[in-house]
Amino acid sequence: MSSTSGTVAEIPAELSPAQLVGMLRMMLRIRRFDQRALELYREGAMRGTTHPYIGMEAVAVGACATLRPQDRITSTHRGHGHCLAKGGDPRLMMAELLGRATGYCKGKGGSMHIADVDAGILGANGIVGGGIGLATGAALAARLARRDDVSLCFFGDGALNQGILHEAANLAAIWKLPVVYVCENNQYAMSARADAFTSVPDPAVRAAAYGFPGASCDGMDVLDVYRAVGAAVARARAGDGPSLVVCVTYRFMGHHVGDPLNYRDKAEVERWRARDPIERFRRVLVAQRILTPAEADALGAEVEREIEEAVAFAKASPEPEASALEEDVYA
Amino acid sequence: MSHPGIATPPAAPAGTRVLTYAEALNEALREEMRRDPRVFVMGEDVAVWGGGGVFGVTRGLVEEFGPERVRDTPISEEAIAALGVGAAMAGARPVVEFMYADFMALAMEPIVNQAAKIRYMFGGKARVPVVFRAQEGAGRGNAAQHSQSLEAWFCHIPGLKVVTPSTPADAKGLLVTAIRDDNPVVFLEHKLLYNTKGPVPAGEHAVPFGAADIKRAGRHVTCVGIHTMVHKALAAAETLAREGIELEVVDPRTLVPLDIETILASVRKTGRLLVTHEAYERGGVAGEIIAQVVAAAFDWLDAPPVRLCGRNVPIPYNGALEMAALPQADDIVVAARQLVA
Repeated sequence: MSSTSGTVAEIPAELSPAQLVGMLRMMLRIRRFDQRALELYREGAMRGTTHPYIGMEAVAVGACATLRPQDRITSTHRGHGHCLAKGGDPRLMMAELLGRATGYCKGKGGSMHIADVDAGILGANGIVGGGIGLATGAALAARLARRDDVSLCFFGDGALNQGILHEAANLAAIWKLPVVYVCENNQYAMSARADAFTSVPDPAVRAAAYGFPGASCDGMDVLDVYRAVGAAVARARAGDGPSLVVCVTYRFMGHHVGDPLNYRDKAEVERWRARDPIERFRRVLVAQRILTPAEADALGAEVEREIEEAVAFAKASPEPEASALEEDVYA
Repeated sequence: MSHPGIATPPAAPAGTRVLTYAEALNEALREEMRRDPRVFVMGEDVAVWGGGGVFGVTRGLVEEFGPERVRDTPISEEAIAALGVGAAMAGARPVVEFMYADFMALAMEPIVNQAAKIRYMFGGKARVPVVFRAQEGAGRGNAAQHSQSLEAWFCHIPGLKVVTPSTPADAKGLLVTAIRDDNPVVFLEHKLLYNTKGPVPAGEHAVPFGAADIKRAGRHVTCVGIHTMVHKALAAAETLAREGIELEVVDPRTLVPLDIETILASVRKTGRLLVTHEAYERGGVAGEIIAQVVAAAFDWLDAPPVRLCGRNVPIPYNGALEMAALPQADDIVVAARQLVA
């Protein structure tokens, strides 16, 4: 288990400067995307709800940076970050948030069901833990087809106590399936504190019950996530079976836009905000002379333009035809 | 095995062999696994136990296809179902077996919230070609947690197809179609039918979904039956024929999609409808079929349609009580007489 105290992991040698800058750009993209989603929700352009990934960007970006395009992920209700990090197109995602026909799901899925199966995104999921069995099954399919693809399953601390995790982890272990369980411990399942509602302080120890490795990493440090998840992905790809990686992180915003936020105090939020994963990574890249401060600022501006384009695309997109209602119930 | 109302049909016509229902299912699995390397089977005790499955449906498959494609699983129904869904999304064609349909209660999340909805909520950009096989039904003294007929649960959920074969030929032909279908299919067998025999066409045999089968033609009363109730209806038809009452026995074979046209055509001929299944009456498929018929063919009906279904009680263990909880052939005879009176 590595430190979660705020130190930053060393830069892995295999990551090129372009890749590192790409990771920072992706973190910025995720943050800006979810900031805009919140704005769109508040101005009434979005229905349902949205679950911001703000504060957790290091997890999706560090984890997905270890994957190949043909690898698959399953995501959660808080899924925008995962989908972007796996290569999702912000325009098609934003159009989906606005319920437009051009969206990833033709406007019929919304925030909690964004998917791009061909790109290996087996979907955000409205059921807590709903992706755990799907990712494990996709790993089984890869094994049966003799491909060395890996499944990476994101889930939150809330899903730690769903029965499916026990069942799927045991199956993945006995069949040595190429799946990596990435638990985003953002400290809260709605109002339920992970430290009060989970039987052990470090959920990574649960992996021992299934006989596979479990590790915790600093989920506010994209490089530490990359290192920890990368080791698990390499193990899975080599045919050595599943792993659990717990990324210790925090959601800066509420559970969703309607969160009363009466269950945590401002000082706690400020402590975590002081460890903002984007600011930290930016400092590392500047200190290592991979990026100048001006270049980093330009990256932010570039991402801002890109997300505004996505919003414009979404707003200009047509609503689904009424005839779409009964389409695609069956193949 | 002999059960009231389930008759053994005569010898096979030309071009067919006599197989049991279990053998016919086994043949479908075997042929589809030979045809398509993406097809695999997983479930509890499907490989080792008794040479292949508690009811013998997967007998001998592990010898031919190996343990990778015929996978014994731990007792983890939710995960088995969910892995089937995930594997289907990733290009495999899983056939997931639940030992008893009752155990599907443990797997409703992946079946109902994932498998059934993924294609629609992903905008038609995913396929989930998974078959969920299970056996249901009462009549063996298995009591309340091993005897239910739960097809109505699945019929209620858009995105699932629901199949209920009553004969060996239909069992084989419908399972072949289920495995080739790109949608999640809930394939419900009946435990009392596994040892029943019937002719099954030799060679390629696929039965399309949404095509009801008239198991016996008749002019006076339409009897729509599911699973064992098809056989009880056929037995009742013999009795009624001696009284000059002709029962037309219609087996929908698939409940989703439902071939309502064949049922309507029959009702237009007979003017009288009786729907029978073992499943609990309340909220059962019989009510749905009758509602559709009444809406579409009210003017053709000469009498109020009748439901003969399982009583609204858990299935009891005691033999006499269990029989009383289920509709019997004699009940069909009595109901048909009243319909034509």
